[in-house]
Amino acid sequence: MGYKTVVEDNIDILVAGAGMAGTGAAFEARYWGQDKKIVIAEKANMDRSGAVAQGLYAINTYMGTRWGENNPEDHVRYARMDLMGMVREDLLFDMARHVDSAVHQFEEWGLPLMRDPKTGAYQREGRLQIMIHGESYKPIVSGAAKKSADIIYNRICLTHMLMDEAKENRVAGAVGFNVRTGDYHVFKAKAVICAAGGASNIFKPRSVGEGAGRVWYAPWSSGSAYGLMIGAGAKMTQMENRIVLARFKDGYGPVGAYFLHLKTYTQNGVGEEYESKWFPELSKMVGKEYLDTEGQHLSHKPIPTCLRNHAFISEVNAGRGPIHMVTMEAFQDPHLEEIGWHNFLGMTVGQAVLWAATDVDPKYENPELTTSEPYVMGSHATGCGAWVSGPEDLSPEEYFWGYNRMTTVEGLFGAGDAAGGTPHAFSSGSFTEGRLAAKAACKYIDDGKAEGIKVSQEQLDKRSKEIFKPLEHYKIYRNEITAGSVNPNYINPRQGLDRLQKLMDEYAGGVTVSYMTNEKLLNIGLKKMKALEEDLEKIAAEDIHELLRAWELKHRQLSSEAVLQHTLFRKETRWPGYYYRGDFMKLDDQNWHVLTVSRRDPETGEYTMEKAPCYHLVGDEENKAAAA
Amino acid sequence: MPTFVYMTRCDGCGHCVDICPSDIMHIDTTTRRAYNIEPNMCWECYSCVKACPHNAIDVRGYADFAPLGHSVRVIRDEEKGVIAWRIKSRNGKKDMNLLAPITTKPWGKHIPKLSEEAAPSQEMVNSQLLFNEPKYIRLDDGDLHTLESNGLKMKAGVYY
Repeated sequence: MGYKTVVEDNIDILVAGAGMAGTGAAFEARYWGQDKKIVIAEKANMDRSGAVAQGLYAINTYMGTRWGENNPEDHVRYARMDLMGMVREDLLFDMARHVDSAVHQFEEWGLPLMRDPKTGAYQREGRLQIMIHGESYKPIVSGAAKKSADIIYNRICLTHMLMDEAKENRVAGAVGFNVRTGDYHVFKAKAVICAAGGASNIFKPRSVGEGAGRVWYAPWSSGSAYGLMIGAGAKMTQMENRIVLARFKDGYGPVGAYFLHLKTYTQNGVGEEYESKWFPELSKMVGKEYLDTEGQHLSHKPIPTCLRNHAFISEVNAGRGPIHMVTMEAFQDPHLEEIGWHNFLGMTVGQAVLWAATDVDPKYENPELTTSEPYVMGSHATGCGAWVSGPEDLSPEEYFWGYNRMTTVEGLFGAGDAAGGTPHAFSSGSFTEGRLAAKAACKYIDDGKAEGIKVSQEQLDKRSKEIFKPLEHYKIYRNEITAGSVNPNYINPRQGLDRLQKLMDEYAGGVTVSYMTNEKLLNIGLKKMKALEEDLEKIAAEDIHELLRAWELKHRQLSSEAVLQHTLFRKETRWPGYYYRGDFMKLDDQNWHVLTVSRRDPETGEYTMEKAPCYHLVGDEENKAAAA
Repeated sequence: MPTFVYMTRCDGCGHCVDICPSDIMHIDTTTRRAYNIEPNMCWECYSCVKACPHNAIDVRGYADFAPLGHSVRVIRDEEKGVIAWRIKSRNGKKDMNLLAPITTKPWGKHIPKLSEEAAPSQEMVNSQLLFNEPKYIRLDDGDLHTLESNGLKMKAGVYY
């Protein structure tokens, strides 16, 4: 091709993706590596990239130890409860004990945090959530990364990690291309912090046509965190743990502030409370440890999100939909009404647009809710991602191999969506994980672990050929047909994405099958996935923009295959309301109170699956006296 | 609700192209003005709308579920540190103006340059602390939480 090759050599730390986790990593790396060369490669523009591009109206993870509100173990207990036990408690505790220091710095940098006028503490939305005016959350945080990084490459789509040829299973940087110029970019680095995004758009969305972009998680979250790390042979964990969101219908506007702060609540189509009637049956499915219908009132423990989804889905399937959010009471208060609208404008403007378009005034009408298509990610309320080491002082030996947040590939670190088993990190927690990974990466380099890295020209040429193949393929076969997009030799990225979404929807438990799957379906899904993988070798890109979409699709495909493999491996229904294994409709703690870990052999594409122990560090009940 | 660009207001400056997280605002080679090349990959995040110096970009709700005749407009003022919204409903009954702060400080002025901070001591390096810690965790003399300080133990097991 007629494009240049741009080589950035002698990098110490390469930050792959500069959303919240990546900006945290770049910022912090400078402190522990003041003489180090820190480089950021970001697919979009760092000022508006990642899941927080649009802004946020809340910081969902803030302990408030300063105000005597929560300790890290409270967060661990909450996240574990919400994920039906399946979390890495060492990583959660570690993130939670540092997260407040990130939030306090955000405030110092200019992020408007709301205050409770009575107590002077930050305005709580829920127990762990605080409210902010976060329209410029990302530009503010991005400013911190800019002050720390040596070089920032915006508009670089990273496609692969570079691997060391002197020592097996060690990272050596990354490669990709500039989505504007088409130049081939090589980043030779001693350590890489993978802070790329989780996966939206791998399951068929409810919306059709133009609305396909109105997904809950950003459409530019293309599963690159997983695509890059799986491609490098890193072990992954909990990839079956997709999340389904109960949100305002079509716009997927957030409900957190509505439930927690505005005190709105849900009811079915005939105006009844519907959740509790599904719980006795559900309690038999998951066991009393996870849903104690009698004790619930006494313990005041929140009900896991997936179980509330289950009630929602069951009620709709029983014919008593739609489920409404009762806003008509709260919205009579003009202050709360304003907050309700601000909440959307700060993070999901599309919901405000939709209500304006459909004349929904929540003061006089209770808006509809829906359950979304599934998403695969590791920073919101679910924990997909790489199997990473925990910190030295917290982690048992199965969870610790030298450097905090390092994956099973040496020198490759994960944070945010990329780190598995750490749900409920959200924005502040992802930023914190980036900081933790950065400190550890500096130590890894200072310990001399990255000496003698060798990358051959052969490896670089091989990747270059692979990256630009879709453009080449298009050129070769385009003129075999007169016009149009139907060609027997190739598919384009949109066609490939449609196929992936349909496949995942029907075989891996999407919306059209009410989130149901089983072993037979998953095996058919895997067979079809293999064919798709082969066809992606023949994907065609008409221009550089389509080349970007082609590589996003390849990352989504790798993520999806891992989802199928993990879902097949876990022979139980751990999270009813997220997905159901029809052949194992019960939660099975005897055999599956474990974390699932996979590795895809980069050479053969073969998967190996294993169980990893699930350690716990806090009791079920709160013991306020124990901590201070 | 994908974005679109008004022909008479756009001058092709490319601010929207530069900021779009989804890489879908491009310059049309014939008109030399910006347009949305891939509406079904638009998240309606308004990044381009806010970045446009001529208010040339607007949003029309997604065709598959949003009827015509609504408007959500915005002006983001970096100097004043505020964002102003106006929401107008299809039937004209709702016409709301909402204002929110976007920052409390001059941009970037209060972010430290970590290359100029005193280098961390070896003790700091070996500890579990991050930059500005332990001070910034609680903003008092409290230290970092550990298993020991919080009376906890990591134990293997099925039940808690």
